[in-house]
Amino acid sequence: MTESTPYWVLWEERVMPGAHWSGLLRRGVTMRIMDVTGGANVSVLLYNYDDPLERYNMPDTLKAQHTAYLTKDYVCYSDMGRILCSITEDTFGWHDTICGVSNAEMVEKKYGKTRYQELRNDYYKNGYDSLLTELGKYGLGKRDFGATINFFSKVTVDEQGALKFHTGLAKPGAYVDLRFEMNTLVVMTTCPHPLDPNPQYAPREVHLTAWHSRPPARNDPCRRKCPENERGFRNTEMWMRQM
Amino acid sequence: MLRESELDMAKAIRREIVPAGEPWMGRIERGQIFRIVDLEGNQAVDTLFYNAETLDERYSAVDTVRAQGSIYLTTGTKLLSNEGRTMLTIVADTCGRHDTLGGACSAESNTVRYALEKRHMHSCRDNFLLALARWGKQYNREFSKRDLSSNINFFMNVPVTPDGKLTFADGVSGPGRYVEMRAEMDVVVLISNCPQLNNPCNAYNPTPVEVAVWDAA
Repeated sequence: MTESTPYWVLWEERVMPGAHWSGLLRRGVTMRIMDVTGGANVSVLLYNYDDPLERYNMPDTLKAQHTAYLTKDYVCYSDMGRILCSITEDTFGWHDTICGVSNAEMVEKKYGKTRYQELRNDYYKNGYDSLLTELGKYGLGKRDFGATINFFSKVTVDEQGALKFHTGLAKPGAYVDLRFEMNTLVVMTTCPHPLDPNPQYAPREVHLTAWHSRPPARNDPCRRKCPENERGFRNTEMWMRQM
Repeated sequence: MLRESELDMAKAIRREIVPAGEPWMGRIERGQIFRIVDLEGNQAVDTLFYNAETLDERYSAVDTVRAQGSIYLTTGTKLLSNEGRTMLTIVADTCGRHDTLGGACSAESNTVRYALEKRHMHSCRDNFLLALARWGKQYNREFSKRDLSSNINFFMNVPVTPDGKLTFADGVSGPGRYVEMRAEMDVVVLISNCPQLNNPCNAYNPTPVEVAVWDAA
C-alpha cells in the first residue's frame, strides 16, 4: 500500500461550497483535499500550532524551490526556515500562490450584493472575511493574514509579468495530499478564486480525509527535490528534537 | 514604465542616506512624495508600509499584484493594503520594474537557501526586527514579528517564467536610478537596505541608498 492511499483514516469532513474551516494537523498526519465535483478553489493559511507567530511564508517557499507555484514534491515553508507540510501527491498539477483572496467589495462588484437576511446561508462569502473569521477563533487577526495557497487554481505569468487565470481545468475527484511535518493549524475557505472569470458565484465543496502517514524517509521525494529542501527538513527535524 | 520626476532634490524637506545593510524607518503624510534612490546601482531595498493609525492595515503584495494583473511594480502601480485601499501610488520610476514576490532574506531562510553555516550573516528580517525594537514604539506600541508580511523589493529583479520558474536575476537598476511614490494615506515606512551577499540581488556588493521626502505640491 502506498503513502498516497489512506490505510488508516483518522477522520473525514466535507467542507461546503463557500464555507470556512480550520483544524489541527499533527506532524505525521497526511490530509487529502479532494475537489469532489471539479472547479473548486481552496485558499489556505498555515501556522505552527504550538507557536502561531511562526507561519507559512510565500516568498520563502517560492525562493527555496525556485518556483512560483506548488505541486507534488514541493513543500510549504514557514518564516523560520522550517517545513510545515509537504505535498506528497497531486493530481491537479498547479496551485496558485500569488493572488490572495477576494474581499467583500470585490465579491459585491462581481456577483452582486447579498445578505444573510434574504438568502440565509446561501449569501455570497468572500475569502478575506471568511479567513479572518476562522483566524479569530485562535486569537489571530488581520496582522496574521498573509498570502494564501490557492489549491486547484492555476494562474500563470507571461513574459511581461501579466497574470492569467486558466479556465477549463476542472477535474472531478482531483486531489492534493499534504503531509504535515510540524503540528500545524490549517485555516481554509472554499470561496472562489479572486481571478475566476465566471460571472456566477459558484463555489464548490471539498472533501478532507486525514490519516497517519510514515515519517519522510531519507530518499523522500520532497526531501530530495532540491538541496534547499534537504536543509529545510534538517531544520525541521532539529526543532522537533528541541521540543 | 519609465518616468522621470520633476521634483528638485534641493527642495526635499527630508533627505537621508541609508548605509549598506542598515534599516530605516519614517512616517510619510498623505500627499507627500517619497523617493528612494539607488545611489550606486543594483541595490535591493526591502520595504514595508503600514497605515500610520493602525497595524491592522498594511501593504499587501498579493492584493497589489492581483489588482493590477501583473507581478512587477512600476509607474502607475497602486500599492494596496490588505483592506484593498491604495496606500501609495508610484508616480515616477527610472528603474522600470520592482519585485514584490521575493520577500525579505532572513537568517533562517539563508540556512535553507544557501548553507546551514550562513545563519550568522546579516539579513533583512534581522534588520526589520531590530528597527522595530529600536524605533517601533515611536510609531505604534504594538509592532511585532506578526507585522512582517510580504514586502516590496525596490530595484530587485525576480523574473517568473511562463512555466512557473522563479529566479533571482541580475539587477535591472543602475547608479542614480530612483522610484518615487505619493502617499494616499498617512503611512509608516520600514526599510531594510538589503545586506544579502549570497545572490545577485545586490550585485554581491551592498551599497548605500538615499531616501527623500517632499511636501504635497
